[in-house]
Amino acid sequence: MESVVVKNITKTYGKEKKIAVDDVSFSVNKGELFGLIGPDGAGKTSIFRVLTTLLLADRGSASIDGLDVVTDFKSIRNTIGYMPGRFSLYQDLTVEENLSFFATLFGTTIQENYDLIKDIYIQIEPFKTRRAGKLSGGMKQKLALCCALIHKPNVLFLDEPTTGVDPVSRKEFWEMLKKLKEQDITIIVSTPYMDEANLCDRIALIQEGKILSIDSPKNIIDNYPDVLFAIKADKMYPLLQALSVYPKRLASYAFGEFAHFSFQGKPNQPDLLQFLENKGIKNIEIKEAAVTIEDSFIKLLS
Amino acid sequence: MSKKVISCKGLTKRFGDFTAVDSITFDVDKGEIFGFLGANGAGKTTAMRMLCGLSNPTSGEATIAGFDVYKETEKIKKSIGYMSQKFSLYDDLTVQENITFFAGIYGLSDKAIKENSAALLKQLGMEDQANKRVGSLPLGWKQKLAFSTAIIHKPEIVFLDEPTGGVDPVTRRQFWDLIYEASGNGITIFVTTHYMDEAEYCNRVSIMVDGRVEALDTPTNLKKQFGLATMDEVFYHLAREAKRGE
Repeated sequence: MESVVVKNITKTYGKEKKIAVDDVSFSVNKGELFGLIGPDGAGKTSIFRVLTTLLLADRGSASIDGLDVVTDFKSIRNTIGYMPGRFSLYQDLTVEENLSFFATLFGTTIQENYDLIKDIYIQIEPFKTRRAGKLSGGMKQKLALCCALIHKPNVLFLDEPTTGVDPVSRKEFWEMLKKLKEQDITIIVSTPYMDEANLCDRIALIQEGKILSIDSPKNIIDNYPDVLFAIKADKMYPLLQALSVYPKRLASYAFGEFAHFSFQGKPNQPDLLQFLENKGIKNIEIKEAAVTIEDSFIKLLS
Repeated sequence: MSKKVISCKGLTKRFGDFTAVDSITFDVDKGEIFGFLGANGAGKTTAMRMLCGLSNPTSGEATIAGFDVYKETEKIKKSIGYMSQKFSLYDDLTVQENITFFAGIYGLSDKAIKENSAALLKQLGMEDQANKRVGSLPLGWKQKLAFSTAIIHKPEIVFLDEPTGGVDPVTRRQFWDLIYEASGNGITIFVTTHYMDEAEYCNRVSIMVDGRVEALDTPTNLKKQFGLATMDEVFYHLAREAKRGE
């Protein structure tokens, strides 16, 4: 069953009609964890704001559980949870006050839906009398998630929940999302971190308002068209420079401790090795690389 | 022996009874790309502020470009460049105005400002953008411009505080090309990042946990030391033991 349907949404801003979202269509199934993956300025937040009924699109339509985002906006607001990219709780209220405030707004109580937030809330409960403004980044994020969940929404929108958060807190956050998924809540999450894409059921890779690809992370990786190699040497920068001038180069770029590389036409590792050695590169190791979402994204951008 | 550009020994900063930075000791060589990692709240920002001459240590010693962090902070500020994700350039000023402003702050003469900014714009391929307001530029361009501006006075060291957040993977790599180039020109790079693949691009990496430097080595050796496959795992292994938050 489709929970979120987006059809040909276009959104422009200002007199110059600067395009933020360019004819975007996708749908998300009930209980699915769907990721919008792309850099700043790709249009992720605009899409979120259209879907959460906070922004009118120039063209196109969208619905949440069959309710139209324009005509049925009031009903939608009761059935969705939204965690904006910027911390938007009341800094001067305590943890507990913020949570009961949001519960009251939605005509419910903390007790009524405590089950849903319990796993997350117990981590911040020791600080429940602390003002939200005094919490650490990771704790703020947990509180914001509790507040977005307290009315038991059908669809949860999380706009860059892990931006600026360290890798440990990021990992914990994704563990929480996995648990929420088991409760049959549809989750749409955006992130600029490519490594988080693998944790979604399906993802849309998005750049400059356009969707480049929508599929499961596995299918996106399986559809990578080239044979990718990982190359290592004693020094990265000279290696990258040498690779960039190899005549039969299709693509080359740094990837962690390796450089990723693909050939134009048939791969010829011995020839490449010879070329690099002639360039004075030392301790060269060439092996086939496992493709990641980041490789797919880079390919789609080129 | 290579020249030490950053040298700190037992460097400590306490706020009341809270020890933000707990006796950190390390050296960074000239031209080295040094990754300074740690979870949120580990003490990275406090440590960096001391190294930049912006905050007096409680105890310990450190020299930056040969200058003492207690007594020669003004000299330190002239020998370093600084760029952070949160603030780097003025959105309401044009590209050229930003360059002129920062070059002026860094003490360049009018003549040097003219020459250096022309060279900088050419290197970045931004000659046509010189009179555009920085606020209207894509984030990736802003980051590249901010980095180039931070090294316009050819400092000994440039401090980069999460310089590449939020950009696409191609733009992020273009930024690292600028870092490699600066390092090749002998500028020492001191960089914090939440991207663990970027940790792999560093010559050496330190990982801070609860105010202390828990690990410091080349990425290859760190992975070997902990028997783990990626820097992401090494970081997670060390940082999940952290007791304190931000």
